[in-house]
Amino acid sequence: MTAVSVSSDSRLNAEHPGGPALGFGHRSRGRALRNQLARVVMWTAFAIAMMPLVWILWSVVSKGGQMLLDSHWWTNSQRGITNRVVGGGAVHAIQGTLIEALATALMAVPIGVMTAIYLVEYGRGRLARIVSFTVDILTGIPSIVAALFIYAVWVTTFGFQRVGFAVCLALVLLMIPVIVRSTEEMLKLVPNELREAAYALGVPKWKTIAKVVVPTAFSGIITGVLLGLARVMGETAPLLILGPYTKSIATDLFGGLMPTLPTMINQDRTEVLQPAVDRVWGAAMTLILLILLLNIAGRLIAHFGRPKT
Amino acid sequence: MPSITGVSAVDELRGPDGHGPLDKGRASTGRLGDRIFSGTARGAGVLVIAIVTLIAVFLLSQAIPALAKDKVNFLTSTQWNVDATPLQFGIANLLWVTVLSSAIAMVIAVPLGVGVALFITQYAPRWLSGPAASLVDLLAAVPSIVYGLWGLQVLGTHMEGIQTFLIRLFGWIPVFKDAGIGAASTILTVGLVLSIMVLPIVTALSREVFAQTPTTNMEAALALGATRWEMIRTAVLPFGKPGVISASMLGLGRALGETVAVAVILSALAGSAPWSWSMFNGGETFASKIANNAAEFDSPQKAGAFMAAGLVLFGLTFLVNGIARVVIERRKAFVE
Repeated sequence: MTAVSVSSDSRLNAEHPGGPALGFGHRSRGRALRNQLARVVMWTAFAIAMMPLVWILWSVVSKGGQMLLDSHWWTNSQRGITNRVVGGGAVHAIQGTLIEALATALMAVPIGVMTAIYLVEYGRGRLARIVSFTVDILTGIPSIVAALFIYAVWVTTFGFQRVGFAVCLALVLLMIPVIVRSTEEMLKLVPNELREAAYALGVPKWKTIAKVVVPTAFSGIITGVLLGLARVMGETAPLLILGPYTKSIATDLFGGLMPTLPTMINQDRTEVLQPAVDRVWGAAMTLILLILLLNIAGRLIAHFGRPKT
Repeated sequence: MPSITGVSAVDELRGPDGHGPLDKGRASTGRLGDRIFSGTARGAGVLVIAIVTLIAVFLLSQAIPALAKDKVNFLTSTQWNVDATPLQFGIANLLWVTVLSSAIAMVIAVPLGVGVALFITQYAPRWLSGPAASLVDLLAAVPSIVYGLWGLQVLGTHMEGIQTFLIRLFGWIPVFKDAGIGAASTILTVGLVLSIMVLPIVTALSREVFAQTPTTNMEAALALGATRWEMIRTAVLPFGKPGVISASMLGLGRALGETVAVAVILSALAGSAPWSWSMFNGGETFASKIANNAAEFDSPQKAGAFMAAGLVLFGLTFLVNGIARVVIERRKAFVE
């Protein structure tokens, strides 16, 4: 029986050789074997989990990467381009995605941050518990249900057209819980001493929150916002129900048609002609890149802007 | 990773009068600024409650008239004729496809996710555990439509062999019966893709609870001569079990509600298709049914039928998330 030493760090090292083993009997070959087997299983599990990630990224990059190298991709729209023609760009869809994300953030961030402030700084008792519970429900709502709800309000009840703004409303529902939960975590990290110091100086509570607590947690809040944005930018279900696609540039949230990257993919996903297929994967790659950038930015801000305590 | 426990009030020491030092009102000065600010914060909280209530109310109010006109049993009928008069729609098919695809996803994702979480917290060398966690999280950053595209056009082309193999081996069981659908767009393919989408959720939460295992418990097991695996089995897994259950529930909620990936991959069947238990069949889940028929919402009656389906989905995810929350709350009580 040989001991296999793996960890030189502070972690507990289970593979000690021999020695008196009290509770588990002597170290039989079977137990050592099972231990090794478990190690192999865990490493395999990780390897299996990495397979789809590598495979998906490889598919997207190999099928869509070429499109992104063409400068027209970033400057042109799909206006007047048919599925037999090579060329055209995604700028209309990128613009649409960014505009909708921005409008969503403008609505969701104030509501989300204020709700988190209420929960951490003010909320005690029944109302706070109910708010916290409903945020949990909101976290679990499937995007299609959020879209259906907005459809029921916006189109069925008020009789408005399906426009980009309605999509934003649905996305707000999906973004609020992400922002509330991450902001909450960050506000809880702000040490109570800071608040008490402000109170001791006679600063009113609201000013303490606005000038001391929120600035201290600011980078964490921004991280939460970016991660929330990354989530809603990839959402497609509300777009299918509420946001019709167009090949031209459209920037009016109330103007009816609003192209976005997910709907651009959806539009041509059943095409078999190569130029259209390339564009679908190009749009997929662009979308992943955008989301990845937001994720990385969020993590960098989280890393370098920790609350100074 | 935001907390899923949902408890936000900072636990403070209570004074002799039963109030914490910073309880509401005590630090406020009662000035105008304070009243406005706390009012706005409370208003935001109430707005969130109002939104969730409105979702339930609106879906109900639109679904009930349609349900009242429904001439077949809503729960057990397999028909979906929203154009017909009288209205006929039932969710039996949708429910089965939704449950089956999510079940396949959970059967794969939960053991795998727990394995990966154990790998990250217990087995990976220190330099690897951070990047490994980020890489698994990266799976959550892939948009669902890209999953759909990849599942249909890339993964789907490799499913033929697996399907033939499973049919030859287990074909006599109804769930594995050949249904004559192209292997790329079956419930099995959807289940596989869903399992990949759910994996980061299960892994992230399990990782969080495994990392919280008290060192004393682990050291005690090791001091008694346990191997690393025995230590995990006797200290880490029992401690993390409620966390794993709630993580799986949250993942299940995600799998049940996933829309676009399912709509892209799964081939919808004609209304006259016979009932089948098979996982090699096509079909529609609640979510993909709604998404596929977004163009049909023109009349309130038709829209109402889809709202009813949406309501069932809302109820299902609500139930599943509720269970997750109850489990984790009980764990908190147990740990503290």
